[in-house]
Amino acid sequence: MSETATSGTSGTSATAAPAGGAGSATATGATIELEDLTKRYPGSPNPAVDDVNMEIKAGELVIFVGPSGCGKSTTLKMINRLIEPTSGRIRIGGEDVTDMDPVKLRRKVGYAIQSSGLFPHMTVAQNIALVPKLVGWSKSRIKDRVEEMLDLVGLDPGEFRGRYPRQLSGGQQQRVGVARALAADPPVLLMDEPFGAVDPITRDHLQDELIRLQHELHKTIVFVTHDFDEAIKLGDRIAVLRERSHIAQFDTPEAILTNPADDFVSGFVGAGAALKRLNLTRVRDVEVRDYPTVTVDDPLQDIFNKLRHGHTNEILLLDKRHRPYKWLRRGDLMRARGSLARAGTLVHDTVTRDATLRDALEAVLTDNAGRVAVTGRRGAYEGVVDMETLMNSVHELLEADRLDALEHQHDLEEQRAEQTHRAQEGADATGEERA
Amino acid sequence: MNFWDYLGTRHQQLLTDAFQHASAVFQCMVVATVIGVVIGVFTYRSEWAGSLATTTTSTILTIPSLAMIGLLIPIVGLGVAPTVIALTLYGLLPIVRNSIVGLRGVDPSLVDAAKGIGMSRTARLFRVELPLAWPPILTGIRVSTQMLMGIAAIAAYASGPGLGNEIFRGIGSLGSKNALNQVLAGTLGIVVLALLFDAAYVLIGRLTIPRGIRA
Repeated sequence: MSETATSGTSGTSATAAPAGGAGSATATGATIELEDLTKRYPGSPNPAVDDVNMEIKAGELVIFVGPSGCGKSTTLKMINRLIEPTSGRIRIGGEDVTDMDPVKLRRKVGYAIQSSGLFPHMTVAQNIALVPKLVGWSKSRIKDRVEEMLDLVGLDPGEFRGRYPRQLSGGQQQRVGVARALAADPPVLLMDEPFGAVDPITRDHLQDELIRLQHELHKTIVFVTHDFDEAIKLGDRIAVLRERSHIAQFDTPEAILTNPADDFVSGFVGAGAALKRLNLTRVRDVEVRDYPTVTVDDPLQDIFNKLRHGHTNEILLLDKRHRPYKWLRRGDLMRARGSLARAGTLVHDTVTRDATLRDALEAVLTDNAGRVAVTGRRGAYEGVVDMETLMNSVHELLEADRLDALEHQHDLEEQRAEQTHRAQEGADATGEERA
Repeated sequence: MNFWDYLGTRHQQLLTDAFQHASAVFQCMVVATVIGVVIGVFTYRSEWAGSLATTTTSTILTIPSLAMIGLLIPIVGLGVAPTVIALTLYGLLPIVRNSIVGLRGVDPSLVDAAKGIGMSRTARLFRVELPLAWPPILTGIRVSTQMLMGIAAIAAYASGPGLGNEIFRGIGSLGSKNALNQVLAGTLGIVVLALLFDAAYVLIGRLTIPRGIRA
């Protein structure tokens, strides 16, 4: 059976400039092509991975998602040939790497695994420096690179350089693991359930970090997970895999949510697709409203005036660094006898522009007045999102999705027809090849 | 002549014997460590080879030391040679066993990670697996040394070096006025040496086990 996995032209994927092959020094990403990739283990009648065909664009973040034992990890490990394919070709940046020295190949492909895989007998700096050392960078360059990588993953080099892995929390270890994988600036990064072993809150942070990193670096990332929500959150495109790594659907998260290819995929998507859809849109994509604000440094009289003459019956009080501090209602100041310290209700939740609409909805729902402040750099105030904005945005989104889905459906049917045709014709040819 | 007088008059001889004893044990330990770790490195990956190595070395250990040296004399003659061969063979078991256990105990996901980031097999062994297996190996070396301290005394039977000479001389002249002093001096000397070596190992452990994996 041959399955081509090029369905769904990516809608939102960042299209980075194709990198100059796997060896370039400031690599942003390289294409990965898997061609008829198959893995058979001796003694088992069915192949573990059966004839996978896939094209991954440069700078794309592709997720392999599927139930445990479906061969997604095996497929990933065949890309850096930790598992040698039985047959098929692997091309990275157009270069056939199926027969090159696997040790050399792996130095060009970053690899991050569950529970970080940091070497406990080496310091954080030594761990990160490993690959650059292996490929023969100079000492001073390695030292600079270690600092740079620690900065990149949000750890203070001065504090963490000399620490041993066991002195770090799970989330910090995972960050160092990612830093190590990226240290020699590989165009391709493979991640095998990297956030599987950390607690949900840390996982959420790490996912946000990865999104931010990818915005900066535009690597080609292949990420394996069994968590569909993680897949939706991170992926430019998602490959839903069923047993033997057969590709059930390979498409953008939006398309998979609104238009699952079959029962297997819809079963995997699970209930609440509309809610999950909210995870795919960020606050920056919806209208953020301006809101009357005052700062704690403003004279009390100004604040009074603004409250009395404003068109809203509430204003947002910002602290000295322009971070949302308190919601002030008319009369609050009176009741507190003009003391800003006692008046109003504290702002207990804010969202950033990178937060998903789901996070925003959560914040709005828990807020007693149904609105949440949006913050930017250093937590400074940028605007407000309320229930009405969210409702309008969601309606627009769903409408657009419905139109897209119709279009996709048509494309998909065409592609399927072509695929079956090819499979029927190619059955004999592939049979001979294997024999 | 009481024991202290005996020590006072014979300290020159005793110190020479003690030094030779320590030096024999030390040198045999170095050889046994190298051979033991190499055996461990070559056998730990295979279930079968690993148990063969452990069984063989533990069989050697069951041969009574006196018999072993006795058997070696017709082959390699008297003196240093049988001593070194016997001590090295006896020293192997704890080192081989702990090397295998230590190397097998390295977290497979770390080996996978090492492979995944592009370390060659040699690099993996020297940079990841052996450093991580070093604490149990060092424990094996320590146990070995303690054992060899005692066994080395038997070497005197084959005219080998060390404090065993003192003990054998005492046993040979039982009833004479210095017999007991000789046996006592030899035995206590060995105990003191063993304690000194043990202290040295604690220090070596401090210096060679990276802070990240020190218990």
